[in-house]
Amino acid sequence: MTVQVLVKPNTYIDSVSLMSLSTKANQIEIVEQAIIAMGTEMNKEVIRNVGLMTPEVESAKTSDLVIIVKAASEELCEDAFESINELLTKKKDSSKGKSEVKYSTITSAVHGTPEANLAIIAVNGSYAPREARKALENNLHVMLFSDNVSIEDEIQLKTLAQEKGLLMMGPDCGTAIIGNVALCFANAVRKGNIGIVGASGTGSQEVTVRIHEFGGGITQLIGTGGRDLSEEVGGIMMLAGIKALEEDDATKVIVLVSKPPAPSVEEKVLAQIKQCKKPVVVWFVGGNEEKVTQAGGHFAKMSKEAALKAVLLAGADESKLNKRALNLPLIEEVRAKLNPQQKYIRGLFSGGTLCDEAMHIAMEKFDNVYSNIQRDPEYRLKDVRVSQDHTFIDFGDDQFTQGKPHPMIDPSTRIERFIQEAKDPSVGVIVMDFVLGFGAHEDPVGAMLPAIIEAKQAADEEGRHLEIIGYILGTELDSQNIEGQINKLLASGATHASSSQNAGLLAREFVVKGE
Amino acid sequence: MSKINELFTNKLNVINVGIENFRDDLLKQNANVTHLEWTPPGRGNPELIAALDKLEDPSVTDKIEAANKEAVERIINSQPVLIGFDQAINVVPGMTKNTILHAGPPITWERMNGPMKGAVTGAIVFEGLAPNIEEAAVLAASGEIIFSPCHEHNCVGSMAGVTSASMFMHIVENKTYGNIAYTNLSEQMSKILRMGANDESVIQRLIWMRDVLGPILRDAMKLNPNGIDLRLMLSQALHMGDECHNRNVAGTTLLIQALTPYIIQTNFTVEQKKEVFEFVSSSDYFSGPTWMALCKCALDAAHGIENSTIVTTMARNGVEFGIRVSGIAGNVWFTGPAQQVIGPMFAGYKPEDSGLDIGDSAITETYGIGGFAMATAPAIVSLVGGTVDDAISYTTKMAEITTTENPNVTIPMLDFIGIPTGIDIQKVIQTGIMPIINTAIAHKDAGIGMIGAGIVNPPIEAFEQALLALSENIK
Repeated sequence: MTVQVLVKPNTYIDSVSLMSLSTKANQIEIVEQAIIAMGTEMNKEVIRNVGLMTPEVESAKTSDLVIIVKAASEELCEDAFESINELLTKKKDSSKGKSEVKYSTITSAVHGTPEANLAIIAVNGSYAPREARKALENNLHVMLFSDNVSIEDEIQLKTLAQEKGLLMMGPDCGTAIIGNVALCFANAVRKGNIGIVGASGTGSQEVTVRIHEFGGGITQLIGTGGRDLSEEVGGIMMLAGIKALEEDDATKVIVLVSKPPAPSVEEKVLAQIKQCKKPVVVWFVGGNEEKVTQAGGHFAKMSKEAALKAVLLAGADESKLNKRALNLPLIEEVRAKLNPQQKYIRGLFSGGTLCDEAMHIAMEKFDNVYSNIQRDPEYRLKDVRVSQDHTFIDFGDDQFTQGKPHPMIDPSTRIERFIQEAKDPSVGVIVMDFVLGFGAHEDPVGAMLPAIIEAKQAADEEGRHLEIIGYILGTELDSQNIEGQINKLLASGATHASSSQNAGLLAREFVVKGE
Repeated sequence: MSKINELFTNKLNVINVGIENFRDDLLKQNANVTHLEWTPPGRGNPELIAALDKLEDPSVTDKIEAANKEAVERIINSQPVLIGFDQAINVVPGMTKNTILHAGPPITWERMNGPMKGAVTGAIVFEGLAPNIEEAAVLAASGEIIFSPCHEHNCVGSMAGVTSASMFMHIVENKTYGNIAYTNLSEQMSKILRMGANDESVIQRLIWMRDVLGPILRDAMKLNPNGIDLRLMLSQALHMGDECHNRNVAGTTLLIQALTPYIIQTNFTVEQKKEVFEFVSSSDYFSGPTWMALCKCALDAAHGIENSTIVTTMARNGVEFGIRVSGIAGNVWFTGPAQQVIGPMFAGYKPEDSGLDIGDSAITETYGIGGFAMATAPAIVSLVGGTVDDAISYTTKMAEITTTENPNVTIPMLDFIGIPTGIDIQKVIQTGIMPIINTAIAHKDAGIGMIGAGIVNPPIEAFEQALLALSENIK
């Protein structure tokens, strides 16, 4: 073991920095022990105590920097001096920007950002109500993305929001557009004069992109969460949303999107429509036309129809619209290609309302329509992994998302199921949605493409035609490049449907018999 | 216009909690977004969340807020003034000849760590209760010595905090609320009793402090009828770059400047006075204990306010870290294991040499200086990781777990914002952010002394227990 001493005369480094340097010097691999200190009496005493005192150190002055290195050899000591010198001269990277203020709680963030007006909360459902309550207490509007929140908590939160005159969108609300800013899962659409209150996320997305395609635009899209129109919650947010849009000068037409409400809630909603000074278009998937019309509302059975009614009420010139009518020759063509065993539709959806719409369209002509989201228990799939007759699956439903990301982000589960369905000789058509927009997968068609190509090839080899319908929900303003997505889909030999409504209708018409 | 309609017309400004992608999408749309550094409250423990919920129930939250407001007002409005020096036996409540006060929550001789045992035996020898360290250890174990926490006697003690009958104490009076706090004198650095050293040089220094330094300071302050306003001096020191826990160079200069005119008038020899000045200038730490007494004085005034969730004590005995909470009056301690201090060491020592976190000096952080005021002390940033930005973020982070800012003690670097004041147990548990404490490191063995300095966090268990107790006690 060798001990070497270097005294740098008249070199001052403050004691705290020196301690830090010493610590670093002792971490140099070849260094057995290193001391970097000013030549003060106190330091000399320490050096003496650890047995490293030399005459050179003894004679160092208070203003001298003393470096002592103990290492295996003289050579290594020299190397160590070099490394220590590097430590002494090392300059900090000053290019780093000023530190951003970080907040850990909603309350402190509001304190630091008093202009904040909305909180998006997407944390585990067991913590979510607490955070939402904090946000409301701090006078923030809330979009609660989290699911697995109890209905009691939902009622409590919405009641609190109602008392405070705030929006409480959710729980389980994935879509909103506020002040032309898309929140969570929503599409980039034009600003306009149509306001939407939606209890179903993809249903609302579909209506916004159709309105956009018809040349219209959106003022606000208020999400309520899927349970808002239940008996228990009583439609608190939908009613508040209608009222706010009625009072909003920019909004000329209001569109409501939901599954049919519970009877008592439907009454309240219809009563409010009746009072409303602005036209209200109602798309309740599978809902009742008569009551809506009686209340003075504009009923729409399907999504494109809802968008069309809205833009017309908002002042669009009907003669100039491309309504994207169904391609009737294509229907004949596909029917001719399918053999008699190919009787069934299999709908594989990432969007719940898109699934619901296609299912309801099929139910108009078929009795044997099964799904994991069927309201009639008799037609609910016994085993969600096994299809039965006409089957429509919402992969965003709880059975598929336990511990997994939503299919709009992670398409893997749906791809596996697609491969399974494509092999079934009783399947005539597989219909799928591909959702673009904020929050969604960056290339949803591309993710499914290899499976489509392979399945089509396999079917060809067996001598059957496999009809695949793809619907791409999005606008040209979305970042995923909708043109590119459509082209990919067409290149695979699939059929492109121009809307959710048309996708459902085409699927049904391809396999319907005997008209 | 309703609040919802206001939302439609105002620029969207979002607080994003949870999924970070949502923040990115909002930024792409030029919306203003604040993304929270969110973690599950109470580390996800349902019992703690239930306790938080109970405390946040509208029926009690107003009471807690009012109680906390009162507590922090008392901390802020306290005006601690140094009014004199005297021996512990003459002034400290409950002090006897065979009592030894120590840092942190209560601890028995058997459980004390190396530095505290070293300090206790040294003090016994210093008091003449035993002829040498070995016999002092026998006496300490015999049950003849009464051990008690400084904090339970209106005192604080740095590091081992060992305080015995004949030691001289600062006497600090709270001019606003009337209570008094005490602490002994700095032994300067670094082979000293409070760090566990106890050889002849240590005892001799203590004797000199008892016979020369103490009496000179006592007599000096007798000549000063108004006392020394410590809070005013503290805020000056902070403006001069001290955080007044690990950096005391400005504060010591200010303090000795205030004492000097009186010291020179005392009836001691010039040689003795010169010794005093040399002693003071031998280490910047001279005023360290003074600030601790100031903090203790202010925080004692805020202790025992029903329903308050404000922390009034953080203190360590080298084995356990203990806290007291305003809403739970008296000497109820909530404890967890003392942690290892992380930071640079004196030449020749390694992390494994260090004793665990020890001392009442965390009273400074409890008040809002020390680690909490790191932003004002850029000169010692190497203690906390290196950059001035790091130092600033320590202070701004502490604002997350405190109740208010103290307008009397400000930080120029942060546009003269006040030091973060009033640690709220609820906020600590909710955010998982632990108070940051600047501190010294004593060698783990008795008899050696200080070997480094750095930063440490309290154990979260102490805060969790306190929260549960508060939720049970709430009235």
